[in-house]
Amino acid sequence: MDLTLLTIDAARSAIQERKTSASALAESFYSKIENDDPRIGAFLTLSKERAMAKAAEMDALAAKGEKLPPLGGVPVGIKDVMITKGIRTTAGSKILGDYVPPYDCTAVARLEAAGAVVLGKLNCDEFAMGSSNENSAWKPVHNPRDLSRVPGGSSGGSAAAVAADMAVAALGSDTGGSIRQPASFCGVVGLMPTYGRVSRYGLIAFASSLDHIGPLTKTVKDAAIVLRTIAGRDPMDSTSAELPVPDYVAELEKAVRGLKIGVAKEYLGEGLDPEVRKAIEAAIQKLARQGCEIVDVSLPHTKYAIPTYYIVATAEASSNLARFDGVRYGYRAKDARTLSEMYRRSRDQGFGAEVKRRIMLGTYALSAGYYDAYYLKAQRVRTLLTRDFEEAFKKVDAIVAPVSPTAAFKLGEKVDDPLAMYLADIYTVTADLAGIPGISVPCGETKEKLPIGLQILGRHFDESTILRVAQASENAA
Amino acid sequence: MKVTEKDVAYVADLGNLELTEEERTRMVRDLNSILGHIDSLNELDTTNVQPMAQVADRYGVDQSKQGSERFGYASREDIREGLRKSLSHEAALENAPDSDGTFFKVPKVIER
Repeated sequence: MDLTLLTIDAARSAIQERKTSASALAESFYSKIENDDPRIGAFLTLSKERAMAKAAEMDALAAKGEKLPPLGGVPVGIKDVMITKGIRTTAGSKILGDYVPPYDCTAVARLEAAGAVVLGKLNCDEFAMGSSNENSAWKPVHNPRDLSRVPGGSSGGSAAAVAADMAVAALGSDTGGSIRQPASFCGVVGLMPTYGRVSRYGLIAFASSLDHIGPLTKTVKDAAIVLRTIAGRDPMDSTSAELPVPDYVAELEKAVRGLKIGVAKEYLGEGLDPEVRKAIEAAIQKLARQGCEIVDVSLPHTKYAIPTYYIVATAEASSNLARFDGVRYGYRAKDARTLSEMYRRSRDQGFGAEVKRRIMLGTYALSAGYYDAYYLKAQRVRTLLTRDFEEAFKKVDAIVAPVSPTAAFKLGEKVDDPLAMYLADIYTVTADLAGIPGISVPCGETKEKLPIGLQILGRHFDESTILRVAQASENAA
Repeated sequence: MKVTEKDVAYVADLGNLELTEEERTRMVRDLNSILGHIDSLNELDTTNVQPMAQVADRYGVDQSKQGSERFGYASREDIREGLRKSLSHEAALENAPDSDGTFFKVPKVIER
């Protein structure tokens, strides 16, 4: 079976109609991973036993002529920040190098309950902190479209696995752009749902008020299928919203004609690569031709998003990462004589440079004498950034923007300049701070054949509209 | 320079990190560079702006109610067993770097 461009429905139908079996399909994917992944580096751990058991279960259903569930037999990959019972989960960190979780993340459990076959765990920046996947403690990921370039981050393994046809779909997480930016760099679809739409239970926490789980897929329809499966209230996450989950796939049938699409000048200003700008402008024109009304909007506080984000995110991270102390799980330094020495050395040896930098920045921002000036200030500006969107969404149904100022950059290019790396998140962090949903959909290529993504942002809990606009853009591409 | 070597040592201590000499030097440089950029927030007058700790402060709450009542959707009746069974003793200790089968073991707590 040709794995290229295999979608969820195509895979499921082929198994349902017994043109192939879930077991054979999983084997094909494992062969492909064995052949291609040494060059790419997307997978950290394979979960073949669990995958083949699920595949056999789906094959038994198909053999009896029973209807397969929505993801019946569909091979997927999971970012290594989502815990999986009995399958090593490292969050890309040495400090969790041997960690074997005792329970499953809700989003993963829901995917499997819908028949998905979990092939393995996907590489990412350590604790999801990074924009290039170069902060993985294990190995970098290479962009399948150009191996000398980064796949983006932090869900770099998720984006690369889908782009290189080593999984039909993947789960990623987005705290400052970590689903949308790698999707854009690798030429796949990446959806960050509204904060609270998908349970965070079993997601290893980076910044709890900003963390989101969402799908990376080949098509917008597949993103809708995965979201429909993982969304909805989970009593194990008190921030998961008690709201009905629409049938996102059915919603895709609605036309985009008449929708008001906002274009913010702040997202098309200085620093945007001319080739990216051209692709975004062309995508906007295509939406106009399909009957969308293009409206200028303003998000005046945009330039304050990066400083706000890097205070809020690091403050929360410094608190969340305090749990890694070498006592209950994770790495413990061997040579410590006292408890406090054991804490410090375990963390020193277990965490990588970027994680330490963020713990330091976050601890500084929360420390006595600086709390008001940094943390409280950033929380107030977060309100202003959110109001910007609230005002804009009074006038428009969705906002379109670039995902990243440039296409995928070279491995090593920004690794020595943390601020330059942070600044590249300029178009993605604001949606995380405001809690609104966003999607990246491929909308063109640079002259060097590197993918460019169009970002579509929507109102809280209105994933339906951004999925519709994304599909319209996908159809026109 | 805002952040000095002394600040770095103090914050590292708060964060339970040791850091090598080289890491400390690098940290002084990086934190100053990042905080220099973050200072742009001071251009904004936020005197009358409420801080926002999380998205649910603004959405999903019952605005007609006060205090914790506003987050009523997030609370539930107590369940004796909890929402899922607690981990068994064995499972809870499985990932421990050191244990005696009943407790987690750590190095000496009292330093002298």
